[in-house]
Amino acid sequence: MSVETDVKTLVIDEQEVSARAGQTILEVARENEINIPTLCHLDGLSDVGACRLCLVEIKGSNKLLPACVATVQEGMEVSTNTERLQKHRRTILELLFAERNHICSVCVSNGHCELQTLGQEQGLTHIRLPYRNPELSVDASHERFTLDHNRCILCTRCVRVCSEIEGAHIWDVMGRGINSLIISDLHQDWGGSACTRCGKCVQVCPTGALFDKSKIGSDHPKYPDFLPYLNLMREAQ
Amino acid sequence: MSKLKLATVWLDGCSGCHMSFLDMDERLLELAEVVDVVYSPIVDTKEFPDEVDIALVEGAVASVDDEKKIKKIRDRSKMLIAMGDCAITGNVPSMRNPIGPEAILDRAYIQNASAQAQIPCVVVPKLLRVVRPIHEFVKVDVFLPGCPPSAGTFHTALTALVNGGPLDIPALTRFGA
Repeated sequence: MSVETDVKTLVIDEQEVSARAGQTILEVARENEINIPTLCHLDGLSDVGACRLCLVEIKGSNKLLPACVATVQEGMEVSTNTERLQKHRRTILELLFAERNHICSVCVSNGHCELQTLGQEQGLTHIRLPYRNPELSVDASHERFTLDHNRCILCTRCVRVCSEIEGAHIWDVMGRGINSLIISDLHQDWGGSACTRCGKCVQVCPTGALFDKSKIGSDHPKYPDFLPYLNLMREAQ
Repeated sequence: MSKLKLATVWLDGCSGCHMSFLDMDERLLELAEVVDVVYSPIVDTKEFPDEVDIALVEGAVASVDDEKKIKKIRDRSKMLIAMGDCAITGNVPSMRNPIGPEAILDRAYIQNASAQAQIPCVVVPKLLRVVRPIHEFVKVDVFLPGCPPSAGTFHTALTALVNGGPLDIPALTRFGA
């Protein structure tokens, strides 16, 4: 018995590539070493297309598509790094920096932060928008970890890893738009929640919003690479 | 060729950027061959000169005095460089923004005072409600992020700016560097 694979051929940044039907543009681009910046995407978690950093242009369409959720089509011509996209990406990052209180110099994630690194990669040297300076709380009620809303970018990686991988689903999002907030259980203190203390949310958090209390200063690299491996092992069982 | 006139200014910051600037060490001698420092916290001039070629500004705008100074500096300088994160993002000084100046002054001068609890109001300038980066007040020509930018960053950037060479700042430094 032969298994037929539905192969699609498309062009990404003038490079001809082939893909399996159902693959996302992001997957195929990365397989071919074409870099598309992402923030809410993480290998091993479902995709939500929330941060919009991975927007790409499709020839013949005026609409920009998020590469993490858009699937490949036969004959598609994708551009991942046009001037228009670079402009949008910079603006998205500036909005994130202006929305909450990201003080890199005193952040536990300084030097290991995906937001900070992306800002540098996309050429940000200042934020053109006025800072909002919202008054936000820090939840240090958990014995091992801290949640600092000041650094949160609402990527929901913590929500997804807790629900999809750990199976505890203690994280969720409360409110709408700019008032959205990550909450544990039904907006109870993290320390008093049904948290299993596994720490996966801390490892997947791209910024200093979730951190380990035992880490001091800016000595807090994160290791989310365990996710694809864990998924693979579970599938094998 | 006459030397370029260089000024350095210290608004609401910790002076760490100036320390890092001085960390250029022997490279300062090389710089001194092409620029004259005409105004700085580390020289004795009291008044910001009329015609400055390059002004390096450390610190955020936090008081009515800072606001007055930055406008004067802009008027009198050909090139204004925002030096370090405080000047560019507000950084640590801006951490008071969500709380407001009243609460901060009360904490510092009333609650934590061991003698003569009173909020200073003579000579010292009034604080602005929020601490803001300098580009929200005046046009900034070059942004040099970092807390502080390293001596190497200063040297590379200033050399390029003095000579008119190419300068890729994001390749040199970032917020919090």
